[in-house]
Amino acid sequence: MSTIEANVAGFAVDPTEAPPLSLGQMTWRRFLRHKMAVAGAIMIILLFLYSFGGSFLYTEDFANATDTANRLQPPSAEHLFGTDQIGRDILARTIYGGQISLIIGSAAVLLQTLVGVIIGAIAGYYGGLIDSLLMRFTEAMFNIPQLFLLIVMAKTFAGKIANVQLFGRTFSGSVVIIIVIIGLTSWMYLARIVRAEFLSLKENEFVLAAKATGTSNLQIIFRHILPNSAAPIIVSATLGIANAILSESYISFLGLGVEPPTATWGNMLDRAAGNFNLISTAPWYWITPGMFIVLTVLSINFVGDGLRDALDPRSRSV
Amino acid sequence: MGRYIIRRLLQAIPLMLIISIILFALMQNMGDPVATLGGRKATRPSDRIRLTRQLGLDKPIYTQYVYWLIGNDWADIDLDGDGIAESKGHRQGVLRGDFGTSLVNRGKPATEVIWDRIPNTMLLMVASEAIIIFFAMLVGVYSALRQYTIMDNVITTLSFVGYSMPIFFIALLSMYLFSVKFKEWGLPSLPTVGMFDPQVGKTPKQVALHMILPVMSIAVISLAAYSRFIRSTMLEVMGQDYIRTARAKGLKGRYVVLVHALKNASLPIVTIVGLDLPLLLGGAIVTERIFAWPGMGRLFLDHVSRLDVPVVMGILMLIALAVIVFQIITDVTYAWLDPRIRYE
Repeated sequence: MSTIEANVAGFAVDPTEAPPLSLGQMTWRRFLRHKMAVAGAIMIILLFLYSFGGSFLYTEDFANATDTANRLQPPSAEHLFGTDQIGRDILARTIYGGQISLIIGSAAVLLQTLVGVIIGAIAGYYGGLIDSLLMRFTEAMFNIPQLFLLIVMAKTFAGKIANVQLFGRTFSGSVVIIIVIIGLTSWMYLARIVRAEFLSLKENEFVLAAKATGTSNLQIIFRHILPNSAAPIIVSATLGIANAILSESYISFLGLGVEPPTATWGNMLDRAAGNFNLISTAPWYWITPGMFIVLTVLSINFVGDGLRDALDPRSRSV
Repeated sequence: MGRYIIRRLLQAIPLMLIISIILFALMQNMGDPVATLGGRKATRPSDRIRLTRQLGLDKPIYTQYVYWLIGNDWADIDLDGDGIAESKGHRQGVLRGDFGTSLVNRGKPATEVIWDRIPNTMLLMVASEAIIIFFAMLVGVYSALRQYTIMDNVITTLSFVGYSMPIFFIALLSMYLFSVKFKEWGLPSLPTVGMFDPQVGKTPKQVALHMILPVMSIAVISLAAYSRFIRSTMLEVMGQDYIRTARAKGLKGRYVVLVHALKNASLPIVTIVGLDLPLLLGGAIVTERIFAWPGMGRLFLDHVSRLDVPVVMGILMLIALAVIVFQIITDVTYAWLDPRIRYE
């Protein structure tokens, strides 16, 4: 493909002129011009390095080790970010909590995208009765505010999944539950976008051509139409990570999220809920994880915004 | 228009049914409500069986759903456990406005339990919404008129930060700043917990003082999104022909902005006010929890944790209904405000 393009381009264009840019290059250049998006992308890389590289500095046992003699110590040389209400080191916990929060955000978005794309694609492609049934279901889920649904589902699934052993570490079963419930309560928006894309794309000639040559429906959906609706899906999934991390923090803050001792940025500050004493006397306890959440969500939102501009087909500037 | 409204209302009926089925199915798996009925003591096995039977929890889920929906006063149920259905049921069903009796507040109808809390939540919602719209207009118009200046960029960045904050973090920060730090600095500090100071009583002044922090926390997040939205609609309107005409007529710049542009730019706000309701209600759960505000969000949390299915179902159905009704109102108002929009 690329050699043909190169040949055609070489034929038509004056050799002194730079070769035309591919779609990917154009997107990349537009993204780079969005300064906040680039800053956000760098910040995300740093946060990943912090959370995953940090495990070389501290062990998870250290992050979960309680020391009741050193409760709620303010930041010091020994505990850079201070200690929490049972004497755990907050620095080490932000590292391991970051891992879980980032894993939950990414995995929940994978699930959300999978469900959203499948439902949206089927509804948009087949239309008719299937479409109305699926869309009524989507609308029904859409009309219950997500946080309410999350709380009910967290309660429904709590304790139903055993702990998981992965990469030599034990992940609390509640991590899996949180991933699943966030994924299952956030796909509706994406499903609507994908459906709308499919509704318009399926009327195109290339779909008719594919049908005429006897391509199966599955092939048309996944090989012909889906790649053409990639841009809005990518943008929505990126912003979805930010929302998933927020959802995790909300549900953990309300005490229904990931169970201790496994840390997440959300459950690291859950004791501050309704505890005025803790809020006023130990601000480091809740400011530190809170700042990590804000920083992550903010960076992802900037990247999402940059991607939206860069992937916009109407924008033709390079 | 009348036909359009009727069609939308008719469509809402199956939607509410689907929602109720999804929620009812989820409720069944939340846990055994009978387990918490004994208070601190564990419920005795014999009581457990009796209570399960009296609450109708021994029935298959579809029977339970039907009883919940249309009541069981037409059916004979077995209350004494001898296997013979002998007495008439007493429940009237949701369709006749009976959501059952609360399990936590024994014997009190669920609707009454919920009804007690609604005004408190409404107070927060209405106040936040008013503040959001007022400030969003101000900020949105300001940054639209000064597009790409330093101030505009600062506002843009700040609104991204506000939008990215979990509501509880804003709540904790404002609590810390306006209550803890202000007291330290000898400034008038704001109260943080509850709806009024019990020593003073429930006076309007007390309630207003206690409202400031929760309302501020709820408002910040939506304010960020709204002002961005108004900025973009404002920019769009400012490029229209009629604005140019108004300017060409020699009207003053401020007059054109405030009368011609803002009037048209503020129309789409109606849509987001309606669609933002779920977010606002979700935010209320967290803020009410932090500030111990006796509203519906806190009621929901308390009763979910104690598996009070009638009340929890009632709150959820009410919220779903509110969301649907608001969507319809939004669409209708928008068409009424903007004659270019026509629904067939």
